[in-house]
Amino acid sequence: MTAKLQLIAIKKKLRGRQVLDGVDLDVAPGKSLVVIGGSGVGKSVTLKCALGLMKPDAGQVLVDGIDITALSRRAREPVMRKFGMLFQGGALFDSLSVWENIAFRLIYADKIARKQARERAIETMRKVRLGPEFADVRPIELSGGMQKRAGLARAIIAKPDILFFDEPTTGLDPITADAINDLIVEMVRDLGCAAVSITHDMASARKIADEIAMLHAGKIVWRGPASQIDASGNAMVDQFIHGRAKGPIQAVV
Amino acid sequence: MINPFAPIGRATLGALGELGRLSAFAGRAAASVFAPPFFLGQFARQCWQIGYLSLPVIGLTAVFIGAALALNIYVGGARFNAEQFVPNIVVLGITRELGPVLAGLMLAGRVSAGIAAEIGTMRVTEQIDAMSTLSTDPFKFLVAPRVLAATLTLPLLVMVADIIGVMGGYLVAVNSLDFNGATYLRNTFDFLEPQDVVLGLTKAAVFGFIIACVGAYQGYNSKGGALGVGRAATNAVVGAIVLILAVNYLITAFFVE
Repeated sequence: MTAKLQLIAIKKKLRGRQVLDGVDLDVAPGKSLVVIGGSGVGKSVTLKCALGLMKPDAGQVLVDGIDITALSRRAREPVMRKFGMLFQGGALFDSLSVWENIAFRLIYADKIARKQARERAIETMRKVRLGPEFADVRPIELSGGMQKRAGLARAIIAKPDILFFDEPTTGLDPITADAINDLIVEMVRDLGCAAVSITHDMASARKIADEIAMLHAGKIVWRGPASQIDASGNAMVDQFIHGRAKGPIQAVV
Repeated sequence: MINPFAPIGRATLGALGELGRLSAFAGRAAASVFAPPFFLGQFARQCWQIGYLSLPVIGLTAVFIGAALALNIYVGGARFNAEQFVPNIVVLGITRELGPVLAGLMLAGRVSAGIAAEIGTMRVTEQIDAMSTLSTDPFKFLVAPRVLAATLTLPLLVMVADIIGVMGGYLVAVNSLDFNGATYLRNTFDFLEPQDVVLGLTKAAVFGFIIACVGAYQGYNSKGGALGVGRAATNAVVGAIVLILAVNYLITAFFVE
């Protein structure tokens, strides 16, 4: 089966530092891949390259076999439509109400009438368990967990083929985090889409991943099914999942 | 050995590089104004924000400058018996130079900083990236409406400023300099030529473009949290003011020739 999304030998240098040094990743349709790794190892840059928000210095990003790094901005647009992304801080537009945020793509990209867009937004809010009473408030008035829900609703409203999650549980209490993890699993299953998440929260990774890959120093150092993470046989993975300061990875404080 | 010229050279190269990047940004902004999709709602909102809400600040600036100008010209003109030229010089000074330049400088503060801070905050909170993932070009949604709104509304604001500025001069001339009201107005209009107004409004449109482009450029490229947004707003104001003054000279020189 061809991969939904495939990263081949991605390299990226930022401010003189080789952040990504040949990253290879792929995710099959309907599968959930979680990339783990410490802070500053290039997880976010990997995600940005995959999303087309950042152009890699070398390597290819294949979406359904098409290399998006070789496409012009305009030619990339139909491919980008297959993506949905949940940003770390939610990245909700604070000048718009919650429902306008969720329906943003329908109103401004797909030119759907506001009334219908609103109906679909409220329907999607229900899916992420966000009551319709929050439709007309500003995102700033929502709690952190609710902002994540709204961000998730905005990411899934157009039924994407590939969903990206940037640290979906960061900044949430453990109970809210677990509820978000449940939602992610449920949404990915319902949509049947591929999912790529980056996180350093192991509880989250175990819950939402089919497969886990570990990124360190700009390379994927281990990859395998989520069920085998405890028997990886990789010293770096062991150090990371048990949260030990001592080991092959030097803690940067 | 420390080379005293090295910092100057570095700053010059830095400024030139910045000017080049700004020009490329302005070119892309201008192109995106003409290419669909168009976001008319955003454009209307920006016209309101940039144009209508700037009326008080423009009106106040104009009335005081017109009044002060009338007094200065009266005092200066009295030295060679030319007091009667107050209305003519006030209207020329306002329409050709002070109306557009002062409106531009005031809006460099009000609008450039506002645009830089808003777009800058959207940049550092990933809202601009989010917009890209929602199949909407942030350049068309955020930059184009602001650039178009500023370019179109600044000439309208300057027209208002011209009228209020002349009125400021009129009030001072009639109330404290013993001018006859009807004569003052007749002299004002008899002396004014269409090209004076055209020059002023051309300047205004260009200044509007500069104000929005510099603000959007600084915001769009801001990084590094609150500090970065603050720096973007400061750079936007300073950059817009310097560019407005430089371009003002160039346009004036071009029209005079």
